[in-house]
Amino acid sequence: MHFGPHLLLAALEGLVTSAVLALTALGLSLVFGVMRVVNVAHGEFFMLGAVLAWAISTAISGHPAVGFLAALVIAPLIVGAIALVAERLVLRRLDYNPEATIVATIGMLYIIQQLALTFYGPEARPVEPPFSYRILLPWFGYSGYKLSIIAASALLLIATWLVLTRTRIGLIMRATQYDSETAQAFGIPVGRVYGGVFALGAMLAAIAAVLIVPISQAHYLMGQDPLLLSFIVVIIGGLGSLRGTVVAAVLIGLSDGIISMFFSPTLAKIIATLLVAMVLVFRPQGLFGTASR
Amino acid sequence: MSEASPAKAYALHLGVIALLFALSFVLPEYYHGLLARIMVLAVFAMGYNMLFGYVGLLSLGHAMFFGAGLYGAGLAIIQLGWGVPLAFLVGIACGAVLALVIGLLALRTTGVAFMIVTMMFAQVFSLLILYFATWTGGDQGQVVPQPARVLNLGATSLDLTDPTVRYMSALLLFSLVLLVTLAIVRSRYGRVLVAIRENEERTKMLGYDTFSNKLMAVVVSGTICAASGAAYALLFGYVGSSFASVQYSILPLLWVLLGGAATTLGPLIGTVFMYYVIDVSSGYTSAYLLIVGIALILLVLFFPKGILGTIRQRWLGWLP
Repeated sequence: MHFGPHLLLAALEGLVTSAVLALTALGLSLVFGVMRVVNVAHGEFFMLGAVLAWAISTAISGHPAVGFLAALVIAPLIVGAIALVAERLVLRRLDYNPEATIVATIGMLYIIQQLALTFYGPEARPVEPPFSYRILLPWFGYSGYKLSIIAASALLLIATWLVLTRTRIGLIMRATQYDSETAQAFGIPVGRVYGGVFALGAMLAAIAAVLIVPISQAHYLMGQDPLLLSFIVVIIGGLGSLRGTVVAAVLIGLSDGIISMFFSPTLAKIIATLLVAMVLVFRPQGLFGTASR
Repeated sequence: MSEASPAKAYALHLGVIALLFALSFVLPEYYHGLLARIMVLAVFAMGYNMLFGYVGLLSLGHAMFFGAGLYGAGLAIIQLGWGVPLAFLVGIACGAVLALVIGLLALRTTGVAFMIVTMMFAQVFSLLILYFATWTGGDQGQVVPQPARVLNLGATSLDLTDPTVRYMSALLLFSLVLLVTLAIVRSRYGRVLVAIRENEERTKMLGYDTFSNKLMAVVVSGTICAASGAAYALLFGYVGSSFASVQYSILPLLWVLLGGAATTLGPLIGTVFMYYVIDVSSGYTSAYLLIVGIALILLVLFFPKGILGTIRQRWLGWLP
């Protein structure tokens, strides 16, 4: 294969990564933006989504698409419910203190990971894709399912954007993000908004995981990389900015796909992490964000 | 914090050291080895406490300082064939230099950004260890050969793999760091650190250069953690990348939170207690991470001051 097609393949793979990453990072970004909570357990919600997708799709017999669609609906709902309970039981009692919540979400990370290991086991298990149509390009065939991930993610991102900007719920969320005390004074149930946002953030991660699991397998440690990459995306995009998050996800996903195709993935990770740390040190508002208040 | 009489504080700490010394002769073999390990790791926790407890800077990347000491000392022996004392110093120097560089960069940020930046630098450190696997042994790690772990002092030679020598070396390091920490905390400098923790703006206004004071604290903290790492490599003979992983950045935080942040003896108590809990629970379940997770959440929810912090608040106000 020549360089051009090779690059195209790398770019396509990168776009698939970007699509999943944008959804995951959007969840992290919403939680940070509205609640000012850095959720270290976000990657574990991602992992839970994938593991539940495996459990649901194996429990339902028949055409793989039926099991997959069931997983796409049920897994995020379960993950959202778990997140809501965790928020009510732990984060609310900590009064959303930024440092205490980080320690508490680290605790959640360990608990979820260990429970997944105990009940799901250390194996990596595949989920069958809902359809296996291959699109034939002049140089290579490409999985139609992977392209549909990109489409699904784009739809979800647009939907989230519409909800945030065009609906009453979105208005309430933005009001809480802008100034929670004034929002409270205007009768917005800030506590419930926080609970809802935390659950929504976890659900976005779970949806991303259900979408990716047919091509990457479910494993109890699979939450680590998405967590790190989401952090990177959210920081580069500017904390709490939806547009920045999407742009950064495409940027990171593409460069990750291309760099790891031509260089060692470890080296790619080292460079990306170091660059992002430097961004955070020298330009804390992110590359696309505006200076924080 | 009420004003402590220096004699009382020093007597308490010397008493703890004497107790650990005496325990060496009564403990059964298994607990003897475990306590030696705990003392080395408690040094790690004390280094962490220096920054987290007294300056109020929560780092999520201290595994890199422990790792710098561990790999600095371990590789000096394995790759360069240097002796034990020199290797120990190399480990400490690696940690000090790394802490200076990280401090200069990370201290430009505050709060949550500081936590994430330190975590990312630690991540880079641990990825570098994996990337240079030909020297570091990658994720398999490397064993420091037994013949190299002998300390030659003139005519006598001390074998660091011997349980008693190992225990006493660990105790020596622990005591030294404990007394140094106590001295720092009680000094003028220690009070400036606490002032920064309580109100950085006001401290700055009073004319203190808070940046260089914090930088100094990062270097001291990193150096102590590196000393612990270097001692770990020499005493237990294993240099592995798991010690540089995120988990080893979280563990000292857990130990310090449990024992009591900003107490000199808290790190030891936290480390002992956590090992004890894991030891007991491993009889019932292999899921020790579950216990770590639950402990972290319960601590921040109900005992944010930790064991010694609560004792100090309720009964013993003079505790340093």
